Amino acid sequence: MRDVLLATIPGVLVLTAYFGPGTLVNIVFGGLIAVACEYAVTAWRGRDPKVAISDLSVIVTSTLLCIALPPYAPWWLIVIGVLTSVLLGKQVFGGLGYNPFNPAMVGYVVLLISFPVQMSAWAPPRGLAEIPGLGDTLRHLFAPGTIDAVTAATPLDLLRQNTGLLFDDLMRSKPELGSWGGIGWLQTNIAFLIGGVWLLYRKIFTWHAPLAMLAALSLCALMGYDGGSSESGGSALFHLFSGATMFAAFFIITDPVSSAVSNHGRLIFGALIGVLVYLIRVLGNYPDAVAFAVLILNFCAPFIDHYTQPKVYGTRSKDA
Amino acid sequence: MRTIHDIHGGIHPPERKELSQPGKLSDAPIPSQLILPLRQHLGVPAEPCVGLGDTVLGGQQIAEAQGPMSVPVHAPTSGTVVAIESRAIAHASGLEDRCIVFETDGQDRWIACEGTTDWRALDPATLVARVRDAGIAGMGGAGFPTAVKLNPGPTRKIDTLLINGTECEPYITADDTLMQCHADELIEGAQILSHIVSADAILIGIEDNKPDAIARVAAAIDRSGADIELATFPTKYPSGGEKQIIEILTGQQVPSGGIPADIGLVCVNPGTAVATKRAIVDGKPLTHRIVTLTGESLTAPQNVTACLGTPIAWLMAHAGLAAAPQQRIIHGGPMMGFAVSNLDAPITKITNCLLAPTLAELPLPEPAKPCIRCGHCAEACPASLLPQQLYWYARAKDQEQLAEHRLADCIECGACAYVCPSQIPLVQYYRAAKGQIRDSEQEKRRSDNSRERFEARQARLEAEAAAREAKRAARKAAAADKAAEDGIDPIKAAIERAKARKAEQGHDSEKEPAE
Repeated sequence: MRDVLLATIPGVLVLTAYFGPGTLVNIVFGGLIAVACEYAVTAWRGRDPKVAISDLSVIVTSTLLCIALPPYAPWWLIVIGVLTSVLLGKQVFGGLGYNPFNPAMVGYVVLLISFPVQMSAWAPPRGLAEIPGLGDTLRHLFAPGTIDAVTAATPLDLLRQNTGLLFDDLMRSKPELGSWGGIGWLQTNIAFLIGGVWLLYRKIFTWHAPLAMLAALSLCALMGYDGGSSESGGSALFHLFSGATMFAAFFIITDPVSSAVSNHGRLIFGALIGVLVYLIRVLGNYPDAVAFAVLILNFCAPFIDHYTQPKVYGTRSKDA
Repeated sequence: MRTIHDIHGGIHPPERKELSQPGKLSDAPIPSQLILPLRQHLGVPAEPCVGLGDTVLGGQQIAEAQGPMSVPVHAPTSGTVVAIESRAIAHASGLEDRCIVFETDGQDRWIACEGTTDWRALDPATLVARVRDAGIAGMGGAGFPTAVKLNPGPTRKIDTLLINGTECEPYITADDTLMQCHADELIEGAQILSHIVSADAILIGIEDNKPDAIARVAAAIDRSGADIELATFPTKYPSGGEKQIIEILTGQQVPSGGIPADIGLVCVNPGTAVATKRAIVDGKPLTHRIVTLTGESLTAPQNVTACLGTPIAWLMAHAGLAAAPQQRIIHGGPMMGFAVSNLDAPITKITNCLLAPTLAELPLPEPAKPCIRCGHCAEACPASLLPQQLYWYARAKDQEQLAEHRLADCIECGACAYVCPSQIPLVQYYRAAKGQIRDSEQEKRRSDNSRERFEARQARLEAEAAAREAKRAARKAAAADKAAEDGIDPIKAAIERAKARKAEQGHDSEKEPAE
């Protein structure tokens, strides 16, 4: 758990560099709420709250959720999201280890469906707008409106709203799209990729689910690109380095509790998430495809497990 | 060169083998009292054939085997039987079992032992009988009766006799020491075993962390001039599991639920091979074994040849136990062994190691945290099981899913529990679940038996009723036939008889009121 938190540092720093201190403030505020909530609930359930908090799992959950929330979100959005994650996502099922769904994604989807306006208010990157200072950000947390012009369409929004332009023209016409995945987004994805590779190196999880997801997403993007017409779904590079792709691949779908258990199963689990992410991004109403894809596959995980039991010693055929 | 195959999973715990100085071997002195459990093997306990107060000699049989899944027990030295009763034995749950207790007389007088160097002239059946009469059971830890292993049945052709000199468990150096000190006897024992099972080849496998044993065994093979292959392979736990070493050296897997003989192999521990040599060539039964005494709580860790039945406390004192607070004595190694609750318990044919660790060396387990299904256990499992799922189903007592996830193929090596970041004692859950499954199978057998008995009784009653019915029908038919022959209608005759009786009764009843 500690390693997972450490591995988010590069991504969080890049987010902060490009979008201002909003994400950092989210994480600290959300973390406090999450710890308080976990403490209260475990004490109420007759467990040892110190043990429950010392495993850091609740801080991981709140941190992952807060990274996914728009910077400069109002305080109540964060509180609702964190409480939903910890309570509905985890504690109602019996606490750590018993949750069928990824708690952070449960909180995220509840917010997305309930508060679409606030949830789609992502900040513009540095260079296109002024980055607010820490003081303003804190004031904005409790008195929304302190900061002006906190909303801008993300690259995935732009792609989804595009109706007339060839993909290359779209990329040229919108400065925030940068060259690959969008200003700030490309760098953020690279930073999460670095953190994820470090986790792989530390053997926190296996390569199966992340690689399968990225491969499936690339493959779908390649098939849907059609050379870049106005109807095209964006290039593979665009999909890999935009939105929450790398964050999801290494920090969300690798949650062991709610994913498939065997390596085979994780390949299928990751690949299906990749396919769903692409389909929802290109065809769906929400650009935030990861959360839905992950929850849907959480549903499927026991089913995948049933059909992907590894061959046990002594059960393979003789000539294998 | 033989191709060495890798096995799935496995771990590399600290080996700590140098502590007990493998290769140095001394005889432990004979204690004043020996406690010999009647079951030191897997199977049916032996029955005592000596009485209280009897004087016994070293090598004398003091308990007889009961059936094929049983081996006899012999006295390791001379003395007097003082008790035949339940005593504490080395057992995970601290159980007692029947033991023969005798006071040694310190003279170590032995019976005359007769062996033969010309064992090639003897047929396998005779040799198997001698192995069994010598009380030999697998000395690697399971204690499976060796004679049973040497009888794989007429349908199984044995290609290779495999000597398993892996000894992959940390701390233990008993086999290492045995291979260094008794290499020539090992080679001859292997040849005898190979002769018994008519194997085409002999293969000795040793993990590469034992260079001295490898050198000594190689030299002994050269001296013997026999065609024996020596294979070494990388150190990894649990390569010494029977199924694991077979896959490492042959690339084949023992079929699930089967035995190595199904794929043409018989696999034995080096200690068993040496015991076989002594039984056949020297005529000596199994009365002693090498035990590793180790751990940082001992001032003199070492390997000793000790009499079976020597109390654990006595051996610990011999190795200079300086008991630390919360001192545990572990029977076997740190991975698969168990803590002994009563140190008066004796060592047996399966005791390869007694470990006395300090708390710093082997800390007490921390309270288990929730399983987050991280899957490290599945990466470590040598049987390719999914320990996290088994844990889940073991807690839910879901026997159907446990069977589906092949709990029976778990070799209880403990690699999963070793890597578990939540410190869950996984193997304990699996052992408990296996016990519950055994219980419910027995329960099912019992209820099947009662049902069969009930159904049989029901069928018998029905058959008897049917027979009675048939008899009655036959009688009726016979009567009808008879009536037809006589020309009298039986019904009319019966009515007539009834009328006559009634008339008589009516006559009587008229008289009675008048009295």
